[in-house]
Amino acid sequence: MSNWNPTASIETLKARAKIMARVREFFAERDILEVETPLLSRYGVTDRFMKSFKVNDYMGSEGYLQTSPEYAMKRLLAAGSGSIYQICKTFRQDEFGSRHNPEFTMLEWYVEGYDHHQLMTQVFDLMDTLSEKELTPVKLSYQEAFEQYLQIDPLTIENSKLSKLSHELLGELPEDLERDDYLALLFEDQIEPKLGLGQEVCFIHGYPASQAALAKLDPSDPRTACRFEVYWHGVELANGFYELTDPAEQYERFKKDNACRQQDGKPLMSIDSNFIVALEQGLPECSGVALGVDRLVMILLELPEIKDVLTFPSDRA
Amino acid sequence: MGTITTNDLRNGTKLILDGEPCTVVDNQFVRPGKGQAFSKTKVLYLLTGRTVEKTFKSGESIETADVIDTEMEYIYNDGEFWYFMDANTFEQVQADGNAVGEAKNYLIEQDKCQVTLWNGSPISVTPPNFVVLEVTDTDPGLRGDTSSGGSKPATMHTGAVVKVPLFVNIGDKLKIDTRSGEYVSRA
Repeated sequence: MSNWNPTASIETLKARAKIMARVREFFAERDILEVETPLLSRYGVTDRFMKSFKVNDYMGSEGYLQTSPEYAMKRLLAAGSGSIYQICKTFRQDEFGSRHNPEFTMLEWYVEGYDHHQLMTQVFDLMDTLSEKELTPVKLSYQEAFEQYLQIDPLTIENSKLSKLSHELLGELPEDLERDDYLALLFEDQIEPKLGLGQEVCFIHGYPASQAALAKLDPSDPRTACRFEVYWHGVELANGFYELTDPAEQYERFKKDNACRQQDGKPLMSIDSNFIVALEQGLPECSGVALGVDRLVMILLELPEIKDVLTFPSDRA
Repeated sequence: MGTITTNDLRNGTKLILDGEPCTVVDNQFVRPGKGQAFSKTKVLYLLTGRTVEKTFKSGESIETADVIDTEMEYIYNDGEFWYFMDANTFEQVQADGNAVGEAKNYLIEQDKCQVTLWNGSPISVTPPNFVVLEVTDTDPGLRGDTSSGGSKPATMHTGAVVKVPLFVNIGDKLKIDTRSGEYVSRA
């Protein structure tokens, strides 16, 4: 069977182009500058669970396809760009399924002076602009979501109880799972499908500090981080941070990532020194969010799978 | 057999889990909460027939099972085993009662069946969707009103017991849907 033809219909591609034009208009109206940063770069990411595609011969050394434009965009912010957005391809090895393609389109933006709650409002405004239906925002903390749907407190539940509940609800699981794995699997299976149904858009915020990634910790409850995710029609659409600006803490988190990688038997990744120096120069207070454009188009056009909005998914690229 | 990683999982992939051959009936890649990635699967255990939800860590290696579905001709039953033959190679296999299961009620000599082989031995048999069976026993006294669609049990020559319309008599040949075990028509 030949796979020469696109998996998205031409009609879908036209609708997608219209959505993208409207997205650019949204940012132009708000004086947020469109930028482009390298897709191929000297550094990958230290993130414990992200696998970058490696390019063997790049500028006399190795290079990596970017899993996100985050570091480069923060270097621009540190250089005085002001608020910026980018629509670009990002690459993550081994991520393939009905909602994943190893190469996908990301809309990422940073707003100076915003905290994550202000940015959540702006994410909602964008979605409301793009949707033909009138939408309603719903905000739940990570803790509230678990309390509401599973009647447990994710911040305090004992590991043994968490493991027991996971095995009861999720079937057979790998041994040697960690606390965050149980929480993530429970969230994915038991909570996510119920979020942002109908005309609601759901914002989950206040993730456990262990899942802070590049977000500040919440000064009023340092057990949690200023990180949010956006769910629409039960699909995870975006992830945002009130950005960590402290270079020393950022460096420590990267080192910790590599320590975990070593423990997992995964290759260690060089820390992007350009990014750390940019933080030392001073990243302005800002919040940033990365939104999966393919999934957004899927939901807006009411299509069931990511391949329905892609020209050529990776199994026919 | 060999091993594969979760990246190679597809619906229909045959695995060995807990020493038992299984087929993957559903597989979903997830990477929740920026944490590690998993393959969430549903697997059907081919010997016991139970379906289990099972989550693998992404990239984990899994043993594959030498399980193939093949078309074979049913030849005969010796009271203990049912014998099937590959029409191309004339190779024969013997299936026990566990492997044949409910299919034994629909096996007619020379019919082509789908036989699932694990390491060359049958573990399940699927008869043709429709077979013609002869009624060996049914209550002739029950005639009743044929238009009302009443039914009665009838025993077929293979041993199957099927609900049939009231007008059916001993010796009639009937078309039966083997998937539902239901009467279709007179043959």
